[in-house]
Amino acid sequence: MAEITHHIPDHVLAAYATGSLSEPYALVVATHLSMCLECRANYEAHQMLGGAVLEMASTEALSGDLKTGVMAMLDTPVVPQPAHSRSGIYPGPVMAALKGRPPRWKSLGLGVRQCILTGNSEGSVRLLYIPPGQAVPDHGHNGLELTLVLQGSFVDETGRFDVGDAEVADQDLEHTPVAEAGPPCICLAATDAPLRFNAFVPRLLQPIFRI
Amino acid sequence: MTQESPSSDPAADALHALSQETLWMLAVRDTRDKVAFAALFDHFAPRLKGFIMRSGTGSGQAEEIVQDVMLTVWRKSAMFDPQRAQVSGWIYQIARNRQIDVIRKENRPVPEELHADQATEPDAQQMLGLEQEACKLKTAIGRLKPDQREMIEKAYLGELTHQEIKSQTGLPLGTIKSRIRLGLEKLRHELKDMRSDG
Repeated sequence: MAEITHHIPDHVLAAYATGSLSEPYALVVATHLSMCLECRANYEAHQMLGGAVLEMASTEALSGDLKTGVMAMLDTPVVPQPAHSRSGIYPGPVMAALKGRPPRWKSLGLGVRQCILTGNSEGSVRLLYIPPGQAVPDHGHNGLELTLVLQGSFVDETGRFDVGDAEVADQDLEHTPVAEAGPPCICLAATDAPLRFNAFVPRLLQPIFRI
Repeated sequence: MTQESPSSDPAADALHALSQETLWMLAVRDTRDKVAFAALFDHFAPRLKGFIMRSGTGSGQAEEIVQDVMLTVWRKSAMFDPQRAQVSGWIYQIARNRQIDVIRKENRPVPEELHADQATEPDAQQMLGLEQEACKLKTAIGRLKPDQREMIEKAYLGELTHQEIKSQTGLPLGTIKSRIRLGLEKLRHELKDMRSDG
């Protein structure tokens, strides 16, 4: 199989590294970074730049007892928080969002299913399960939309997206992703659309119009 | 003459050329050296506090975050890999993650950790190459016009959105990316064979 060909754009990686990306998008980026060597290197380059900024930061005097307190805590035993590790097709960050449990799918009709991971007024992120030949459900988004393939593949007007590939869409992109033949396509998708279930329905008529 | 004299081992020579911060961090990681940790604390804690307060956090809360960050540096030192990261960059990310956890009260999603393969010797030339890139980067930032430099600072303090970052002319990170990629290639991990069939 080929290398990952669709990457996270640099400004989105920078936003993730600097912590200005909201949680739904950050989950997609963290998951892609668990799969893609190239983006991982680029992300770590942004960390290095952040480190340079930290090095150049003006210093602030510390309270007298801060260092003593920290030094005294070095030997305090801590129970490490269990890190969620990869399970099947789901990388660690997705397993963390699933709290270590398998996804609980809800049907959207026509064999399409979703499992919402988190959502608030700023946006939402969900797993989507699309049977071969089906279109990815339509949903409104005003700004950034990030979709990452975890299993199977889909195609749309902009290209073919395989496991590990990320599609970045803004409001200008009118696209109709369709799952390819093979195993069902499972994607992680973040949008800035508020969490409204009825705003997220399969494109029932899409197969007709695609002929 | 003695064992202290410059060795004919280029790897050992390269290790000696590493920065003080890196050597302290390796001492913390490999021998749990508290003196080295205290030195790291003296170097980074006042900068961290200044950095955190820049984004509007009060002195008391900033010190709580500094404490958490420095304790994480001690507890997670095994994750520090000088073939891919500078101490400052590693601490930067720990600090940003902690700030987001505390201030936004959300759990920041983080990528899977990549563990260095214990069986392979650390590549001193790779570490040194990375440090040289870091030096060049600092020089490049120092040469920026004040307003450009301020934008970089704002971006890495987390004050710019991805659209705002996009419209900024970034610093050239190309050679750094290639160097870090070399460091990543030295690890044995799932990133490499994610898409392979075997």
